Amino acid sequence: MSVGVFLVLLLGYFGATPGFLRVENLRDILINAAPLIIAACGMTMVIVAGMIDISAGSALAVCAVVAGLTAKSGAALPFVVLLPILTGALIGAVNGWLVAAARIPAIIVTLGMMSVLRGGVIWWTRGEWIGNLPASFSAVGRGEVAGVPVPVLVATSVVLATALLLSRTPLGRHVYAVGGNPLAAARMGIPVGRVLWLVFVMHGALLGLSALVYASRFSVIQSNAGAGFELLTISAVVVGGVNIFGGQGTVWGSAIGGLLLQVISTGLIFRRVSEYWAPSVQGALVLLAVVADALRTRRAGR
Amino acid sequence: MKRLAVRREAVLVVLLLVEMVVMQALSPLFLTPDNLIEVVRQSAEIGLIALAMTLVIITAGIDLSVGSIVGLSVITMGMLWEDARLPLSVAVPLALFAGALMGGFNGALVTVVGIPPLIVTLATMAGFRGIALGMSQARSIRNFPEGFLWLGQGYVGGVPVQVWILAAAALLFHLALTRTAWGRALLSIGANEAATRLSGVPVNRVKIQVYVLSGFMSALAAVVYAAHVSVAKPDAGLGFELTAITAVVLGGTAVSGGEGGVLGTLIALLMVGFLRSGLTLARVPAEAQDMMVGLLLILVVAVDRWSRRSGRE
Repeated sequence: MSVGVFLVLLLGYFGATPGFLRVENLRDILINAAPLIIAACGMTMVIVAGMIDISAGSALAVCAVVAGLTAKSGAALPFVVLLPILTGALIGAVNGWLVAAARIPAIIVTLGMMSVLRGGVIWWTRGEWIGNLPASFSAVGRGEVAGVPVPVLVATSVVLATALLLSRTPLGRHVYAVGGNPLAAARMGIPVGRVLWLVFVMHGALLGLSALVYASRFSVIQSNAGAGFELLTISAVVVGGVNIFGGQGTVWGSAIGGLLLQVISTGLIFRRVSEYWAPSVQGALVLLAVVADALRTRRAGR
Repeated sequence: MKRLAVRREAVLVVLLLVEMVVMQALSPLFLTPDNLIEVVRQSAEIGLIALAMTLVIITAGIDLSVGSIVGLSVITMGMLWEDARLPLSVAVPLALFAGALMGGFNGALVTVVGIPPLIVTLATMAGFRGIALGMSQARSIRNFPEGFLWLGQGYVGGVPVQVWILAAAALLFHLALTRTAWGRALLSIGANEAATRLSGVPVNRVKIQVYVLSGFMSALAAVVYAAHVSVAKPDAGLGFELTAITAVVLGGTAVSGGEGGVLGTLIALLMVGFLRSGLTLARVPAEAQDMMVGLLLILVVAVDRWSRRSGRE
């Protein structure tokens, strides 16, 4: 839980800046972190299963465009919510099939899919922005239920649901087993291929949900939406202490990791650090987290 | 193992020839010497990176930071020249050294601290890019002297300078990989690192050398790229890592390490270059080309996996 301690320290550091600890600002941080946290929950499952997905940013763009176009077509709200999620699940199903049935390494599959999806979305939208989104659509991203912003509500539910799934269900245990040692998992009779496929489908569906929350916050959707989002998501998961080799980690850690990245990005703005430096801070943070983890594991191993 | 690699390269050459015939049918401008030379010129910078990436992947590693090393080395060179008033004959070697240093940083984290290369280079990909943008405040540096631009725009014997550089580097890499103990050590580390360590190979030192080489080649590509496009920008090299990795994997180097070669990488690089050039001539938009390159990557690896599995059974 070193990531939690780190978060508290950072809040203390940035808290010294006037205005940072105001309720409105903390609330904005939570809302802005929501899409990242939702996606990080899915990515946690993927990485715990020993896989990786670097097409997540491109998939987010596809789902965001689907959400925007569905909303603009005047479809009822349930469709606007369901279609991007289904699109994400479909993308996940293709990735999962290529990984599980065709047995292509996940990094290759998702590297290829990254180009296919990004190229596809720019081709489809002709690189134009999707604007004039109906007010009902924005209500998803800017609405509130009992004073709690909808994105925060959605993110919290996703964290709870995926945490329960991973820790309390047979499927969750299978995900850890497959990521820890696929050969042993197969010997124990776990359907490794099916577990991997399901993980990618669920991760895809969560990306669709993340895209919906993300897209409905703004008045336009750009075809370059989500560029670099895969790195941000993987960073959140790694900072959250999930073992990159698979088999270990929780969505709690990843959720705090996602929050941490958002706190830093907002905090740097408050500290008036040029935004150009932001990627270095993110990179340094990831390194710090994994180096600390590596040193601790080594000490524990001796 | 050797026969498999040769067959793989033969398949690639056949694919390349088929592709050229199809492209020629699509556009009569395709098979002109000018166009072919232009394609190779466009591929040269990523080619330099892909050569080193081949070695990295052969050791079962990966380097996602190469594109950011391009950005940070090129802006280092530009600022040393413009702000520190150093001549380019000093700034260029210093930029190459900076690239090697960045690679060394990656290598040290991978070997000494023991962090997976995917994570190390994912982090330094963001880190190096941020430093490049932050220290330059995202400005571009222009007005380089003619002598420098020659590196990216000049010709020797009718062939662009950077193509000569790529050819020389490819020959060196090929010989190093296939004819030296160091090359055999790389293949052996990728196949079984623990066993290689037990057999007395200084695994950590060799792996650091590979990442240093990757950083150095990225910086070399950065210098050539700046001369080619006449500008040094901190966002140079964005996405280069993906094209380079695609070429390496398409060229038959296994991502799990232990097998592969630079010839396959070069052929695959040309395949992608010709594909893009032909499609551009046929007025296919760039984003549709991206889709096709992505599909090509998945398809080639799928066929490869399938043929190996059926060959084993």
